[in-house]
Amino acid sequence: MKPLVLAMRIRSEQRLDLSPLVPHRLDGTTAGEIARLALQTTRHPITLGDVFRVSAGDPRHIRIEGATDRLDQIGQDMAGGENVVEGDVGKQAGRSMRGGRLTIRGNAGHWAASGMRGGQIEITGAVGDRLGGPLAGETAGMRGGVVVVRGNVGERAGDRLRRGTIIVEGRAGARAGSRMIAGTLILCRRAGPLPGYLMRRGTIVLAGGCDELSPTFIDCGMHDLVAARLMAAFVGEHSRAAASAFRPPLRRFAGDMAVLGKGEIFAPTQ
Amino acid sequence: MREMTVRGIRVDDSFAEAFTMRATAVIITADSVRWARQAAATMTGFATSVIGCGCEAGIDIELSPRQTPDRRPGVRALLFAVSTGELQKQLQNRVGQCVLTTPGSACYSGLAGNETLKLGSALRFFGDGWQISKRFADKHYWRVPVMDGEFVCEATTGLTKNAVGGGNLLIMGRSAETTLAAAEAAVKAISAVPDVITPFPGGIVRSGSKVGSKYKASASTNEAYCPTLRGAVGTALDREVGSVLEIVIDGLSAPAVAAAMRAGLAAIVKLGPKRGALRVGAGNYGGKLGPHHFHLRDLLA
Repeated sequence: MKPLVLAMRIRSEQRLDLSPLVPHRLDGTTAGEIARLALQTTRHPITLGDVFRVSAGDPRHIRIEGATDRLDQIGQDMAGGENVVEGDVGKQAGRSMRGGRLTIRGNAGHWAASGMRGGQIEITGAVGDRLGGPLAGETAGMRGGVVVVRGNVGERAGDRLRRGTIIVEGRAGARAGSRMIAGTLILCRRAGPLPGYLMRRGTIVLAGGCDELSPTFIDCGMHDLVAARLMAAFVGEHSRAAASAFRPPLRRFAGDMAVLGKGEIFAPTQ
Repeated sequence: MREMTVRGIRVDDSFAEAFTMRATAVIITADSVRWARQAAATMTGFATSVIGCGCEAGIDIELSPRQTPDRRPGVRALLFAVSTGELQKQLQNRVGQCVLTTPGSACYSGLAGNETLKLGSALRFFGDGWQISKRFADKHYWRVPVMDGEFVCEATTGLTKNAVGGGNLLIMGRSAETTLAAAEAAVKAISAVPDVITPFPGGIVRSGSKVGSKYKASASTNEAYCPTLRGAVGTALDREVGSVLEIVIDGLSAPAVAAAMRAGLAAIVKLGPKRGALRVGAGNYGGKLGPHHFHLRDLLA
C-alpha cells in the first residue's frame, strides 16, 4: 500500500510541532482529519493542511517531503511503523520514540532521539547538540533502540545515555558520552575533547581518536575481547564503518574515575 | 516375544518407553574447537543419568564460526532434568565451574523459547561488581572480567518442558567385541542427528537398570539382560547372546528422539550380524509409566 505523503507547500514563520504525525496516532483517520490537525507552537493558529499537501495513504508508512528546520518533534512517541522525512528537521526528532523506524534524509537539530526507548533512527546529515540526551529535569537520556548518524554531531552526543546504541559516522563535538549511565556510543571519526566526561558506566568507541582524553581515564592496555566481536556483529547491521571500529586489538581506558569509573573507552592502536 | 529379522539381525517387536523432561541448550565457543569441546565435555561430564547426577547432558553438535554469535568455533550442549529447579541448579553449577573456568570460553543461549533459565544473570556475580551488562537488540550479555580477559555469557537461555528422555536401544551380540562395534556404529550415526544426546560414556551404557532393588536403592541391575545370570533368573536373552549394551537417547522433542533411534537402528542393521549385533531390543516398563512409545517396528519402516 502506498504511504501517507505530506508535501510541504509553504515555509512556516513559526516553529511547528509535528509530534501528532506518528503512525499510531493517525491510524483510522482520514486525509481531511489529518489536514485539520493543529500544529502551531505560538498564538497564531495553523493546521497541517495550511502547510502540507496531504496525499492519502497507509498511515503506518508516513513520508514527509520538503521538510525544513522549523519542523520540531518529528516522530515523537512513535511506537511502530515507518516515518521517512526528506529534508532537514528541527529539535527533538524521535523524542521518546518506542518503536518503528524514523529516517531523516537531511540534518536534525538539538536533542534528536532524546529519551528514546526503542526502534531505529537514521539521520543522513548532521545533528545538533545532545543527541539522545535528556531534557532539563530528566534523570536519563536515551534508554533503548539504535540511532545512526551518517554525518557529524554537536556537543555532548549520548549525554546521560542509559541504554541502547548510538553510532556516529562523522565527527563528534566536545564531551561526547558525557555523564553516560550505560549503553554504547560509537564514534567512527575524530571526537572533540573530553569524551566520556563524568561517565559512570557504558562503552564509548573512539575509532578516530579524540582531541583530548581526560586524565581521569586509566589505560588498561591492549585487548582482543570477545565482547568486541559481538558488538561488531550487531552494529555491522547498521553501519559498516562502525563495525570496522571494533577491529582488534583495542586499547581500553577505564573511567571516568572522577565518578564511578566503571565505564570504558575503546580506542584503536594508533 | 515376536521378532522381525532384517538383514540377519533380529529386531524385537518392542518399544522404548520415554518420559517428558525439562531441557535447555547452551552454545559454548572458544578460540579453537578443541577448547570449546573441552569446556563442553567438562560441563557434561558426570551427567549420565538423573538418578545420580542431577541431570543428563551431552554435546549435541559442533558449530562452525559462521554459526556462533561471536564468530568463533563452538559446540552446542544439551541438558535434561526432571524439574525446572533442578535444571537451573545444574546449569548454573556446571557452566560456572566448567565453562567459566575454561581458557577463552564464552557461553550463549542455545535454545529459543518463551520460558528461560538464568545463565549469565546468575554467573555475573563472579565479577564482584566489575561485571558489565551489554544489550543489543533482544540479546543481553554479561561480561565478567577473568584472568585471561573476559568471560562473555548471555543472560538467559531457553527452556523447554516438552523434551523427551529415555529413548533407547538394547544391542545384543555374540561377544563384547561385536556388540561394542554395533553400539559404536549406532552412536556415530546418532551423533549426526540434531537436538539429541547420548549421555552415557561414549554414548553407551553397559549397566542397564531396572526400577527398584532388594536394597534401599531406586534402581538396580537389570538381571534379565545380564548374560552371566542366564538360567539363574528369568532371562530375556537367548543362548547365542554373550553381551548386551544400551544406548540411551534424550532429545528436545519426540521426533528428534525417533530420528536418532531410527539412525542408530539403521547403522546396526547396516553393520550386520557377523561384525555387529545379533539382536536389537528396547527397554520399557510395560507402557504404563512414560507417555512416549517408540516402536522399533515403526523405526525400521
